[in-house]
Amino acid sequence: MNDELAIDVRGMTKRFGNRTVVNHIDLQVHTGEICGFLGPNGSGKTTFIRMLCGLLRAEAGSGTVLGYDVITESDAIKLRAGYMTQKFSFYEDLSIFENLDFVARMYSIEDRREAVAESVERLGLGERKDQLAGELSGGWKQRLALAACMIHRPKLLLLDEPTAGVDPQARRDFWEQIHQLAGQGLTFLIATHYMDEAERCHRLAFILNGNLLAQGTVAEILEQTHLTTWSVSGSKLLELAEQLRGQPGTQQAVAFGNTLHVSGDDSDALERIIAPFRTEHYEWRRIDAGLEDVFIHLMERSKERESS
Amino acid sequence: MTGWDFSPARFWAMVVKEFVQMRRDRLTFAMMVGIPLLQLILFGYAINSDPRHLPTAVILADNGRQGRTLLNAMQNTTYFDFVRQFKTESEGHEALARGDVQFVINIPENFTRDLLRGDRPSILVEADATDPGTTSNAIGSLNVLLNTALQNDLKGPLAFLAGTPGPIDLRVHALYNPEAITQYNIVPGLIGVVLTMTMVMITALAITRERESGTMENLLSMPVRPLEVLIGKIIPYILVGYIQIGLILFAAHFLFRVPMAGSLPLLLIITFVFIIANLAMGVTFSTVAENQRQAIQMGFFFFLPNILLSGFAFSFRGMPDWAQAIGELLPLTHFLRIVRGILLKGNGLAEVAPEIWPIALFTVVALAIGVKRYRQTLD
Ligand SMILES: Nc1ncnc2c1ncn2[C@@H]1O[C@H](COP(=O)(O)OP(=O)(O)OP(=O)(O)O)[C@@H](O)[C@H]1O
Ligand SMILES: [Mg+2]
Repeated sequence: MNDELAIDVRGMTKRFGNRTVVNHIDLQVHTGEICGFLGPNGSGKTTFIRMLCGLLRAEAGSGTVLGYDVITESDAIKLRAGYMTQKFSFYEDLSIFENLDFVARMYSIEDRREAVAESVERLGLGERKDQLAGELSGGWKQRLALAACMIHRPKLLLLDEPTAGVDPQARRDFWEQIHQLAGQGLTFLIATHYMDEAERCHRLAFILNGNLLAQGTVAEILEQTHLTTWSVSGSKLLELAEQLRGQPGTQQAVAFGNTLHVSGDDSDALERIIAPFRTEHYEWRRIDAGLEDVFIHLMERSKERESS
Repeated sequence: MTGWDFSPARFWAMVVKEFVQMRRDRLTFAMMVGIPLLQLILFGYAINSDPRHLPTAVILADNGRQGRTLLNAMQNTTYFDFVRQFKTESEGHEALARGDVQFVINIPENFTRDLLRGDRPSILVEADATDPGTTSNAIGSLNVLLNTALQNDLKGPLAFLAGTPGPIDLRVHALYNPEAITQYNIVPGLIGVVLTMTMVMITALAITRERESGTMENLLSMPVRPLEVLIGKIIPYILVGYIQIGLILFAAHFLFRVPMAGSLPLLLIITFVFIIANLAMGVTFSTVAENQRQAIQMGFFFFLPNILLSGFAFSFRGMPDWAQAIGELLPLTHFLRIVRGILLKGNGLAEVAPEIWPIALFTVVALAIGVKRYRQTLD
């Protein structure tokens, strides 16, 4: 990791009509970093990524991507960045090979044939390369799209939920590859809903309703929120959850398999609340809050703030 | 950054992609070949067929032998079926107005006497020419017939009458539509009409389809420029245009016997400009339209004045000035003059050249609008 910033934007704002979908977001990602981009559905992740590569015009904001002006030099950015769309957007009536070849031609890659062949090889689709992209299963489409947006050897990859619908084995391979490439100096901005993936990122940005709620490494984010979490096991956890949720000071009571996670940001208050329930029916254990606890907590808190 | 940047490599990438997609899209391809065939059959055969056995009334004011011979000969052409006999002209007019008969043949008093005297009596043929296609062949046959039918009757002392300028004066009144459009006019015109329709439609869908299927997002994230996309999408369909022309010319020649007086290579070369003009129009529509449905509507909206004001459906000279002014803007108007000029009149480059530049100008303007309107973002 070095000190150069691959993404350095400030105040990025996008409105659709009079609805602000991305609201003054600042984001800095160092070269060689993997930045996870999290947020619930409709929070503005896709919109933000599209602004970075010039697909949407920003209403406000400035900065650079790969050293080029994010507002005025999107052509230079497009040439050097790869963007994988959330929805499959390659040509379903072209074969795997033809799609890759098209992309390679678009970027005027010098050793086009080798690049395409190599890409097909890496995908592991050697014998199916003449199959139409439209006939691929969802997961394979994702993998094709990923291969296609990397064919021109971009310095920055903007990946919008690249592993949605991809099986665990392929997901693991994908993350292996990402880390390898990051080691070679590539930068990644990856939108995802998977917490295990978020934990594999160097840093995270969490947005909600177009606002950036938290940014930093996993440890930093966990620390920022000082969330206390208790894990309970026992019988009648559902009733327990009901009772706990009614109390001020408990922000969450969420079932995790056979246990219930109870969290709050005031550890003393939380301890007082659970005291009456620490009977022989339940086994209480204090645990480190996970990312998911933190994010749900952030969401709840912002909801509370809105309603108050 | 301007919209006019151009990289041959990226342009070629578009062309290759469009070719493959065109090849895979069997239905569209079949339509592009099917539409000319269908139109040819509709215009060429169904509408412009050679109708025979047309109901005909006679007003026979003279009972001489020659008059009857003539009527017999007319019936023998199979164009005319005598279904009525009237006493007065006004009766005949009423029948024409009602559409009961197509023709009223008027053999005047003293026809035989005048004929034998060599006074060139006239036969008046009144025709309901609302649709000239119906009557033109029948009337054409009359000209020939009048000169030959009486050959047998005009022998011996009457032989001197059989010579030119013809013993009988044929007068045809084409009622309702005095300017006859002939089949020859229509089949060459079809080249232009079919090209306008299919070329504009097919490219009008070009960019809206990418938008609707989501592939536009991908395309826009690549460093491709408007002109490369627009021209890249046009090129493959030039080939389709030539296939269509080939089909129509083939049919024009072998099925409809349309004369080909001028140079075919010249026609094919000039057609290139016309094809490009329509493709440019279509691709420009597709940059303006929000979705494929709108693109198709725009295509039809463009198609209508082309059919009505270009001189295809109506005589160009018969239109009011404002309509002619609109017509002059349309590529089809000029192309019709070119194609009819070359095929029917045997025109050369010198004669048709003035019609080429308006088409070229149209192309440039259409493409410029397209490049200007082409949105490089998704919003
Ligand atoms: N073209 C558009 N016109 C109007 N509203 C839009 C447009 N695109 C997105 N939006 C709105 O902007 C908001 C953010 O959408 P966006 O796709 O960026 O969310 P997201 O975080 O990517 O969600 P998801 O996790 O579901 O992919 C949504 O409420 C959406 O309805
Ligand atoms: Mg999204």
